[in-house]
Amino acid sequence: MNLALPILVPVLPALGAAATLATGRRVPGLARPLAVLPVAVSAVLALVVALQLGTGTTLSAGTELTPTGGPHLTLALYLDGYSSLISVLVGVVATCVQVYSTAYLKDDPRYPSYAALVSLFTAAMFLVVYSGDLIVLLVGWEVMGICSYFLIGHHWETADARSASLKAFLVTKLGDVPFLFGIFLLGADAGTFRIQGVLSAAAQGRLGHPTLIALLLLAGVAGKSAQFPLHTWLPDAMAGPTPVSALIHAATMVAAGIYLVARLLPVFLLSGAALVVLSVMAAVTMVGSALCALAQDDLKRVLAYSTVGQLGYMAGALAAGDREAAVFHLVSHGAFKALLFLSAGVVIHAAHTNSISAMSRMDGLRRRVPDAYWTMGIGLVALVGLPPFSGFFSKEAVLTAAEHAATGEAITNGLAPASAVPSAAGWIVLVAGSLTALLTAAYGARLWLVAFHGRALPEPSPAQVAANGHEAGAPYSPEIDEADPAEAEPSAMRWPLWVLAVPTMGFGIAGVRSDWLPALLDGGSLRPSLETSVIGTGLAVAGLLIAYAAWRTAAARQTAVRLQTPDRVPEQAGPPAVEQLPADPGRTLLGPLFGPAQHGFGVDRLYSALFVRPTAAAARLVQFLDREVVETYVRGAGTGTNALGWLVRRAQNGNAQAYLSALVAGAVLLAVLVAVGS
Amino acid sequence: MSTLLAAAGSLEPAVRSFLSPTGQEIVFLLVGIAVLGAAVVSVTTKQLVHAALWLVVTLGGLAVEFLLLTAEFIAWVQVLIYLGSVVVLVLFGLMLTRAPIGRSPDADSGNRWVALAVALAAAGTLVTLVVDAFRTSWIDLSPGAGSTEATGTYLFRYWVLPFEALSVLLLAALVGAIVLSRNGKGRIPRPRPGKLRTPVRSVTAASKER
Amino acid sequence: MHLAYPAVLAALLFCVGVYGVLARRNVVLVLMSVELMLNAVNLNLVAFDAWLRDALHAGQALTLFTITVAAAEIGLGLAIVLLVFRTRGTADVDRITALGDPAEAADETATEEAQAAA
Repeated sequence: MNLALPILVPVLPALGAAATLATGRRVPGLARPLAVLPVAVSAVLALVVALQLGTGTTLSAGTELTPTGGPHLTLALYLDGYSSLISVLVGVVATCVQVYSTAYLKDDPRYPSYAALVSLFTAAMFLVVYSGDLIVLLVGWEVMGICSYFLIGHHWETADARSASLKAFLVTKLGDVPFLFGIFLLGADAGTFRIQGVLSAAAQGRLGHPTLIALLLLAGVAGKSAQFPLHTWLPDAMAGPTPVSALIHAATMVAAGIYLVARLLPVFLLSGAALVVLSVMAAVTMVGSALCALAQDDLKRVLAYSTVGQLGYMAGALAAGDREAAVFHLVSHGAFKALLFLSAGVVIHAAHTNSISAMSRMDGLRRRVPDAYWTMGIGLVALVGLPPFSGFFSKEAVLTAAEHAATGEAITNGLAPASAVPSAAGWIVLVAGSLTALLTAAYGARLWLVAFHGRALPEPSPAQVAANGHEAGAPYSPEIDEADPAEAEPSAMRWPLWVLAVPTMGFGIAGVRSDWLPALLDGGSLRPSLETSVIGTGLAVAGLLIAYAAWRTAAARQTAVRLQTPDRVPEQAGPPAVEQLPADPGRTLLGPLFGPAQHGFGVDRLYSALFVRPTAAAARLVQFLDREVVETYVRGAGTGTNALGWLVRRAQNGNAQAYLSALVAGAVLLAVLVAVGS
Repeated sequence: MSTLLAAAGSLEPAVRSFLSPTGQEIVFLLVGIAVLGAAVVSVTTKQLVHAALWLVVTLGGLAVEFLLLTAEFIAWVQVLIYLGSVVVLVLFGLMLTRAPIGRSPDADSGNRWVALAVALAAAGTLVTLVVDAFRTSWIDLSPGAGSTEATGTYLFRYWVLPFEALSVLLLAALVGAIVLSRNGKGRIPRPRPGKLRTPVRSVTAASKER
Repeated sequence: MHLAYPAVLAALLFCVGVYGVLARRNVVLVLMSVELMLNAVNLNLVAFDAWLRDALHAGQALTLFTITVAAAEIGLGLAIVLLVFRTRGTADVDRITALGDPAEAADETATEEAQAAA
C-alpha cells in the first residue's frame, strides 16, 4: 500500500491551516476554500486508506529520526480497523463542521484564524489516530489541547469565553502531566515508544507496573475525555462557537482519550484495579452528568453534559474490557452528537438565545427551522437510544459488554482472558448505564418538549426574549452571534445536518452482522443481547414517558397559576417569577436536587475552594513577598548606593582641611598598625 | 649595664638617669615648656596678630634650645630668619588679607575637633614611639660643635653644591613670589563663574566696609 | 643630655603644628602652623646631629637648608595667599572649596548667601 496516502491525511489539514493563516488577512476570499478543501480531501483520503486497508490487516511503518540515547523515537504509522474507522469519522465530521462554519461565522472578522485552527485541530486528531508512536501521539494530543484553548476562546471579548478557554486548557493540562509520566513509564517498561512494541510487551507480560501506568494514563484520559474528576471544563467550553463544540464533542478532542485507551487496552487489562477505577469514574460521570443535563437551561450545556455522559458509556465499555463496543459507541455518538450540535447551532441562530426556557416562550420556533427541528429530533432519539437508530445499537453493545463482564465472561476479543476484567467493574457499569439510560431519555425528552413545544407567551418578541432571556441564576454560556434571526438558514448550514442524519439513523445496523463492522475491528460480536436490549429500551421508554408526564403536569399547573393572575404585566422588570418560567419537567422530576444539579453539583465550587483559592492565595503571598520583600532588597541596593554616594559626595566638599585631616589620621593609623603589627 | 650604655652609643661612661638631671637638662626642660606653651597659645588664640606674636616667642625659645644643643650658628640663623623675616612676613600677610585686629570668634574652622583628635592621636603615637626608642640614649654635648667656624667648614667643604642649588631655589622662589604678587590687570584669568565662592559684590562691599 | 627631651619636645611641637594646620581658618595662621612643624623638624635634626656626632654635620646642614626652604616657602605661600585673597575676597581656608563637588558647593553657596542676606 502506498504510504503517501496515510501520511497526506494529517499533513493536508496542517498545510491548509498554515496557508489559511498566511493568506487570511490579505486574501480573505481564499480563506473559505483553503479551510474546507484540505479537510474534505483528507476525509476522502481517509476513506480511501480505510478501503485500501480493508478488514483484518494492519499497517505499521516508521522512520527513525535522529537516534537518541534512550528509547528510540520514530515517526511511525500504525493503521488498523480502529484507526481507519475513527479517521473516517474525524474526516466527515470535520468537513461538515468546516462547511457549516462558512455560513455560521460568515460575518466574523476572525474567520480565517478560526478556520485555520479548526484545520490544525483536525490535523492533530488525524495525527493522534494514525500515529504509531506514543511520543508522536502526544504531540498531536497537545496540539489539540492548545487548539481547543484558542477555539473555545474565539469570542475572547466576553469574560466567559476567556475563563472557559483558560479552564479547558488548565484542566486538560492537569490530566496531561500524569499522562506524560505514564507514557514515560510505559516506554521505560516496554523499552520502546512504538505502540506495537508496547502491545507486544503487554502481551508477554513485560510491563513492570501496569497498574501505575494505567492509572497515570487514566488521568490524562479523564482530562481529555472529560471524565468525572476533570470533566468540569466541557460544559464551560460551550462559550466557544457552536461548530467548535460539535467538533470537540463529536469527533476530536474527547474521542482522543477513549481512542487511546482502546488502543492501549491490553495494558489496562493487565490491571484489574485500573479497570475498577475506570468503571467507577465512568459510572459517576454517567449518572452525575445525566442529572446535571436534566437541570440545565442552556441548550448547549444540556448537550455538553450529555456528551460527558456518553463518554462515560464509552469509558464503561472499556472498563468492561470491550473496546469494540466503546469505539462503536464513539463513532455513532460522534455522528449524532455532531448532528445535535450543528442543529442546536441553527436553533440558537434562529432564536438568538441559548436558553431553552426562553425558546419555549417563542412562538413557532419549530416552524422557522424545520430542518433543525427534525434533525435534532433524530439526534435526540439516537441519543436516547431507541431502535433502530445508531445510538440504540451502540449503547446496547456497551450494556451487553457490561453484562458479560458482570457475569465473568467479559468480551475481550482475545486480548486477555475474560477473567482479567473484574466482575465488579461490569456490575458498576451495568447499573450506572441502565440508570443513565433512564435519565438520558428524560433529559432528551425534556429538551425537546421545552425547547420546541412550549406555550408561547402573548407577546413573543425575539429581541425581548433575548434581552431578558435565560433563567436567572442558571449557568449560561452565551455566544456572540451576528446573524439576523429573520433570515432563513443558509444551505451550508442545512445540508451538513442531513449528511450527519444518515449515519445517525443507519450506522447502528453496521454492528449487527459480525462480518460488517466487527470484522473491521477485533472480530467480536456487537449484536445486543436480548436482556439488555429489553432493559435498556424499556428504561428509555420509561424515561420518555415520565418526562412527558412531568411536563404535562407542570404545564397544567402553570396554566392554572397563570389564569389566577391574568393581569400580570409580562415585560415588567425584575427576576422572572415562578409562573413566568416555562413548564420544566426537570424541576418536577429532580425536586430538591434541581438546584445543585443545575450548578454541576458544586464540583466547580469545590475545586475553587480546594485549588483555585489556595493557588490565588499563594499567588498573592508570592506577590506580597516579591513586592515587599524582594523589592525591598532591590530598592535597598539602590538606596544604599545612593546613600554611599551621598556620603562620598559629602566627603568631596572641597575643604582642604578636611582632606588633610583624613590624610594625617590615615597616616597615624598606618603608623600605629605597622608599629603594633610588627 | 655597661653593655647597655655602650649600645646606646655613649662614649662617656657616667651614671645618668632621669632622676639626676644636669643643669643643662633643667634649662632645656623649662625653655621647652615655655616653647610648647607659646606654641599652643599661638595655634589657639582668637586674636590673629597675637598668634603671630606668640609665634615669635615660640621661635625664640627654639633658638635658645638650639643654643643649648650647641648649635650656635643655627640659633642665630633662626633668630635672623624666623624672627626677623618670617614673622614680619606673616604679619604683613595678616595685614594685607585684612585680618581683624582684636578677638575674632571664627578664628578656628569647623574642623577643630577633628583636628584636635588627629593631633592628640599623632602626639600620643609619636611620643610613645620616641620615648620607647630613645629611652636610654644620651647626647654628649661638646662645645663648639656648632660654632660659626665649624659650620662654615662643613658647609663650604662638604655641602657646597647643595648650598648653591639652594640659592637657585631661593631665586626661583623670589621670582615666583614676585610674579604671583604682581597686580597684573587682565593677565590673571578671571575665575570661572561656577567656581566663584563669594560674589564680587561682597568683596567690594567688604573693601568699602574697611 | 637625655635624647628624649628634644625628641619629645619636637614631637609635641609637631603635633601642635598639625593641630594648627588642621584647625585654623585663616590661611596665614595655617602657614604659621606649618612653620611650627618645620621648626619641630629642625629641633630634631639638631638634636640627632649632636647625638650622632656626624663628621659631615649632615643634621645641622640640613637644618640650615630647611630654614632656607621655609623662608622661600613662606614667601611663596604668602604670595599665593594674597593672590587668592585678591581673586576670592577671602583668606579663609574652608571657604575656598572650588575643588569640591559642585552640587555641595552650590548648597553651601546658597546657605552662605542666605546668611549674608540675613
